This record gives sequence, C-alpha cells and structure tokens, in this order.
Amino acid sequence: MSADTLTKARLAERVHDSVGLSKKESAEIIDDVFDLMRGALLHDEKLKITGFGNWIVRDKAARRGRNPQTNDSIIIARRRVLSFKPSPVLRVALNAKE
Amino acid sequence: MTRAELVDELARRRAIHREVAESIVDELFRAMLETLQEGGRVEIRGFGSFKVREYGGYTGRNPKTGQEIAVAPKRLPVFKISRTLHEQLNQDI
Repeated sequence: MSADTLTKARLAERVHDSVGLSKKESAEIIDDVFDLMRGALLHDEKLKITGFGNWIVRDKAARRGRNPQTNDSIIIARRRVLSFKPSPVLRVALNAKE
Repeated sequence: MTRAELVDELARRRAIHREVAESIVDELFRAMLETLQEGGRVEIRGFGSFKVREYGGYTGRNPKTGQEIAVAPKRLPVFKISRTLHEQLNQDI
C-alpha cells in the first residue's frame, strides 16, 4: 500500500487530531460510520452525502455475455451492483487544482 | 440515508452529542475529498475504494445542432465496491 492511500486507520488519526477523541474511540467511530453506510445500502436505501456523492444499489438483469479470452458464450447472472455518482462539489474539487 | 441521518444515527449509536458526530462526519468526507484532490487513493476495507481517473479532452458534437464543441480533459473519482460488500449485496439472489 502506498503512502498516499487513505485508510480507516488514517481517518481515525484525523478524527483523533481534529475532534480530540481518544485513538481507540476514533477508530471505533470510523468503523461505525462505514457500518451505518453499509447498513443503509443493504436495506436498499440510497446513500446521499451532500458535498461528496450518492451511492445507489441497482439491479442488473441476467444477460448473455462472452468470455473475452476463450470467446465462450456465458450467462451473466442477475446481480446487484453499487454505483457511485460524485457530487458537483467533488467533481469541481478534483478539477480545480493543478 | 442522507448526511444528516448518518450524523443522527452515529450520535445515537455512540451516545455522543450531535455536534460531535457532525464534526466527525465532516472531517471524514473532507479527508477523503482532499486525498482524491491530491491524486491519492482511498481504501476502506469492507466498503470499497476510490481512485481518480483522468479523461483526455475530445471534440464532441451538440446532438441537436450538430455544432462541434471542445470537451476539456477532466478528472473523475471512480468507486469500486469491496468484495465482501458485493457478496453481502448479492447473497439472497
């Protein structure tokens, strides 16, 4: 993992530094935040975070696909996928800085 | 679930003040945004990861008028769901 990857451990450090909670509590809270987000998505809810983006669970119907290596025709089963749409704030932030 | 609902549920679950929960949620998404802005990756085990993808500019066309327009290069965040969350999402189908 490279040094510029943000992980839960680093997020906990940021919460510890900025909010002033203990390191242990900060780590637990970060876990709780993502657990709540995961719970909402598993209950078929949209997750809408102002200033960051929206996640939505989509149902994909089964379809006939092809293994690109063997060229065999296969059935791709019905499945659920999670799509993320960045908010305008995030899009602008990524493109404003050079 | 909205950002405000996430704050409320976090405050309830941790038995902390709403203002504290709010500053935690703010700090978390600020850190994620800043990391992506600097071109870094975000990797949350059990949830998913984000990276930035660069798209080159191209000449597009207004489909109504046919007029040519230059589309500038851009950077977009890409989210990839974690394997465990994908499996949880699909376990009953």
